Amino acid sequence: MATLHTRSAARLMIAPSVLLLLAWMIVPLAMTIYFSLLRYNLLMPGMEEFAGLSNYTYFLTDPAFFQAIFNTLAIVLGVLFITVVGGIGLALLLDQPMFGQGIVRILVIAPFLIMPTVAALVWKNMFMNPVNGIFAWLAKLFGLQPFDFLANAPLFSIIIIVAWQWLPFATLILLTALQSLDEEQKEAAQMDGAGASSRFIYLILPHLSRAITVVILIQTIFLLSVFAEILVTTNGGPGTQSTNLTFLVYAQALLQFDVGGASAGGIIAVILANIVAFFLMRMIGKTLEA
Amino acid sequence: MGSITLKNVSKVFGVHAVIPSIDLDIDDGEFVVFVGPSGCGKSTLLRLIAGLEDVSGGEIVIDGKNATDLPPAKRGLSMVFQSYALYPHMSVRGNIAFPLKMAGEEKAVIDKKVADAARVLNLADYLDRKPRQLSGGQRQRVAIGRAIVRQPEAFLFDEPLSNLDAALRVNMRLEISQLHQQLKTTMIYVTHDQVEAMTMADKIVVLNRGRIEQVGSPLELYHRPDNLFVAGFIGSPKMNLVAGAPAAMHQAHTIGVRPEHLVLSKERGTWRGTVGVAEHLGSDTFLHVNADGIGTMTARVSGDFPVTHGDQVFLTPDPQRVHRFDDKGMAIR
Repeated sequence: MATLHTRSAARLMIAPSVLLLLAWMIVPLAMTIYFSLLRYNLLMPGMEEFAGLSNYTYFLTDPAFFQAIFNTLAIVLGVLFITVVGGIGLALLLDQPMFGQGIVRILVIAPFLIMPTVAALVWKNMFMNPVNGIFAWLAKLFGLQPFDFLANAPLFSIIIIVAWQWLPFATLILLTALQSLDEEQKEAAQMDGAGASSRFIYLILPHLSRAITVVILIQTIFLLSVFAEILVTTNGGPGTQSTNLTFLVYAQALLQFDVGGASAGGIIAVILANIVAFFLMRMIGKTLEA
Repeated sequence: MGSITLKNVSKVFGVHAVIPSIDLDIDDGEFVVFVGPSGCGKSTLLRLIAGLEDVSGGEIVIDGKNATDLPPAKRGLSMVFQSYALYPHMSVRGNIAFPLKMAGEEKAVIDKKVADAARVLNLADYLDRKPRQLSGGQRQRVAIGRAIVRQPEAFLFDEPLSNLDAALRVNMRLEISQLHQQLKTTMIYVTHDQVEAMTMADKIVVLNRGRIEQVGSPLELYHRPDNLFVAGFIGSPKMNLVAGAPAAMHQAHTIGVRPEHLVLSKERGTWRGTVGVAEHLGSDTFLHVNADGIGTMTARVSGDFPVTHGDQVFLTPDPQRVHRFDDKGMAIR
């Protein structure tokens, strides 16, 4: 592949797929940008007119927008915290030799296989429901007032539901990393006088750092766009208390029929995701190189 | 100081008795080598002494104190592992300092001890590197450095040289021997390589199927093997073992003759044979001779003995140096 001829031939060969990919990405993006500059409401078809940047001004000054940014970050960080800490704990437990290890491991993975809408409905109706839910039953058992999770702590409830779904993923990745830790290293640390906690801090945690990075990277990508769980449980409410950016764009387009405003929101979401990705890659690139 | 005594120690995995019962005394300052074929339980025995495995029965006494139930860290022993088991994310300095840090030493003391160890092991220039940036021999030295900073009662080595290439192995063998001269600390060294055992040990423990076959100095084992197993295991090339009529002439079930104790002649001798393969090493030549009615025998002759494949030769054992064994494989003396 070194000569001029082969290089230009290679370029020619690659061209079709590059063009296809480019069109695949550029066309929707261009159309979204175009729509975001229009006054485009589905209730008033045929009345589109150029609106400049007013859609952006409207979307960015909407108080719901700041709430949505905050909620998006809260969901991402909250779920990441729970899954990484919980994942390390579960992985450490599952790494111990025990009876029925295979079955327990499969059971742990199960939540990841359940569809988000189903998982959210199960949580909503069977766990968090203030009348029929198991938490309400437990509260009543102790003579306490049942707590209406989805009404009083909607964001927290959604974080719990999403974390429950992603915990198996984190556990699985961290468990495989844990199993690749050299047995002799653990024994050497034991001989060197390191107790269980020192072994965890000085040996296991550094060994897991790469796997933790991978978990954070992959989960962040998916957690920025949590949607189904919100739609079937709180519908973004009460008010906008559990609306994240994805849900806000959805509400703008399909509840208020404002395609222009939703497109502007979509573009803003793309920009924000890129900012997050930029910092994430810088932070993570270092760990993956080392 | 670093004396270790095993009393009736046994180890059972499931129903399989890896070590039925072992008694052994190791004196302070001794260099003891456990040697034996793979699966003979030598590594298990070392791990029992280290405390990485629990004994199934018996007692381990280290430095006069019963250490049978002590955790590894409390036994005052250091171990060098086959894979070195360095901590990959720590620098060389961090690796060597780790046991001191765990013992809660002060920073100044740690720095001094690490510097001392690095000087002894020629690692001073590499202190800030990570293990993966080091060569095999350097990693080995870091592992030894990590072991010596604690000033343990005894060092345990688990086949430490088996991951090194041949030239480096000879070098490190020498370095470990020198280290033993300097520190005068008890060392227990596990290997399957009888050359390492012969060259390094004060005392060799030959193990076979979890049993001690013989304990003694290298030359004792070489000159006076207690049984057929030790006779066949110690010495390179292996001792020639002959059963049947030739052995009956010496009033034994089996006789053993080392290759260097066979006299070769082209004219006359006890056994006649043809040369199969001649391995010329320069100083010596190892001859594989197909002796009539006996089988293949190995003989060691001086390098200038003129012989090639297919030549007819006569072998005569040195009668003073024939080892005799009874029908149970035990030496007749």
